[in-house]
Amino acid sequence: MLKSTRSKEFAIESLLLAVSAVTVVILILISLFLFGEGAALFKDIPFLDFLTGKNWYPTSEPPIFGLLPLLLGTLLVTAGAIIIAVPLGIASAVFISEIAPPKVAEILKPIIEILAGVPSVVYGFFGLVVLIPRLQQLLDLPTGQTALAGSIMLGIMALPTIISISEDAISAVPDFLKEGSLALGATRWQTIYRVTVPAALSGISAAVMLGMGRAIGETMTVMMVTGNAAVIPGFPGGIFAPVKTMTATIALEMGEVPQGSEHYHALFAIGAVLFIITLLINLIAEAVKRKYRFKVGS
Amino acid sequence: MRIETLSRKIVSNVGIYTVILLIIGLSSIGIGCIDKNEQVTESVLIKGSDTVLPLAQAEAETFMIENIDRSITVIGGGSGVGIAALIDGNVDIAMASRSMKGSEIENARDNGIDPIEHTISWDGIAVVVNPNNPVSALSLSQIQGIYNGTISNWKDVGGEDRIITVISRDSSSGTYEYFKEHVLLKEDYRPDTLIQSATGAIVMELSQNKNAIGYIGIAYLDESVKSIVLKTDSSSASPTVENVKNKTYPLARPLYFYTDGEPTGPAKEFIDFVMSPTGQEIVLEVGYIPVA
Repeated sequence: MLKSTRSKEFAIESLLLAVSAVTVVILILISLFLFGEGAALFKDIPFLDFLTGKNWYPTSEPPIFGLLPLLLGTLLVTAGAIIIAVPLGIASAVFISEIAPPKVAEILKPIIEILAGVPSVVYGFFGLVVLIPRLQQLLDLPTGQTALAGSIMLGIMALPTIISISEDAISAVPDFLKEGSLALGATRWQTIYRVTVPAALSGISAAVMLGMGRAIGETMTVMMVTGNAAVIPGFPGGIFAPVKTMTATIALEMGEVPQGSEHYHALFAIGAVLFIITLLINLIAEAVKRKYRFKVGS
Repeated sequence: MRIETLSRKIVSNVGIYTVILLIIGLSSIGIGCIDKNEQVTESVLIKGSDTVLPLAQAEAETFMIENIDRSITVIGGGSGVGIAALIDGNVDIAMASRSMKGSEIENARDNGIDPIEHTISWDGIAVVVNPNNPVSALSLSQIQGIYNGTISNWKDVGGEDRIITVISRDSSSGTYEYFKEHVLLKEDYRPDTLIQSATGAIVMELSQNKNAIGYIGIAYLDESVKSIVLKTDSSSASPTVENVKNKTYPLARPLYFYTDGEPTGPAKEFIDFVMSPTGQEIVLEVGYIPVA
């Protein structure tokens, strides 16, 4: 009787292990494929030329595959998105967890989560129809399809991630810290920005990193609003000029690329770089989060 | 006791389960719709150019209404995708908005495929600007200059003092390659060209942006954009169906079907239908130019 129960347990546990192992195996296979196909590019083109090349001319004769304009395009759009989303996100999180009456917070939280559920093509369409013509008129630009448009849209899209994770971090700050601060005569606002927010800082940093990961990987929206011109963005004027991100390049050029060609391998190489960047960001976010858990526990 | 709480939990979440079951149920509404004539249906699989796609779809719809026992599946993806599928022997007909390249024909021969080209219609390419742009005629070399970067201001081509915003389709579009070959004469697009993933996006930007110039298939021309009259040494021509037909408008290209050897069976019936007067009328309705 006992034995049969135990073997049943064992069977179920092995099944669960196998199912979760499938996820890991899929990830490994995808990485192998991605890096294998990407590495094939470097048989014809030196790795350094790809990484530091200033031009992306995939269809000229001979083609030139320089990652730099795409990499910098992605970084510029992402940095802009973070600059827009972080102050808004942290302010909203502070408001929801510290200032808003519980009833208001209960209404706000689900609304912000709905923001995360809007499909990215809808954001892109909104940007294309509403944001771009206004940006062009307002700033008198040759076109509204700019890195700025991408940053604004991605900033909005990263907000739910940043708000909900920061909010968790802020509400996890133990009450005795705040009470101690208030008892020492600090005002509510002083308590928030001197005690509560610094105590939650590592959680907030993790939120920012995850929001950044969301922005870097986003494809549809940026493809629709950034104009996709593969030029190295200048600083600071580049924010008002079109840029082409790595994700948009893959999505735009994948359709007609002849299988096995240099261009095909170059797109996979971009994918591999993107994979490494997002992996690093997620690892950093995870490390920061772990630090923050330790802090609250002690 | 445990089972009781479990069942209570299930009951309390019954709404969620209903929604999930409803979605799964709705997804299977189509069961039986496609396969119901399986015994009598002979099917044709067509794949390729997104430019030819709307035409092939319209043709296939009419063809299937007239021939209930034939089933035609049309899939887009791009000229290269369709040709690759033909080379691999996966499709009956490949749609293309460009001719097969030498290397592709070689690959096909190596695979024992003998590609045969059928010109099913023509497509005119219109150069378009915002309706408020005073420029209404350009020469091919001026357009080349605008697209390769030697001309950057509208005042250099007789317009206002404004920076030109140059718009193109992405490199997976057959139109991109055609334009590069016939207007840019194989030079590269200027690096700051805006790349749009769809013709609709080009029209959208052009209708909003006074500085912009772009190119689209004449099937997509509408009130929101202004088409440019092409000047040559002797004459000028606007992109209309008549001008493409009588070859006075230079920017036009044939659209192709490719088959492996001379088509037989349902594929032949379909191509014959496309070439018939009814089929060519559909060509005109969709916005392309009949071959005859």
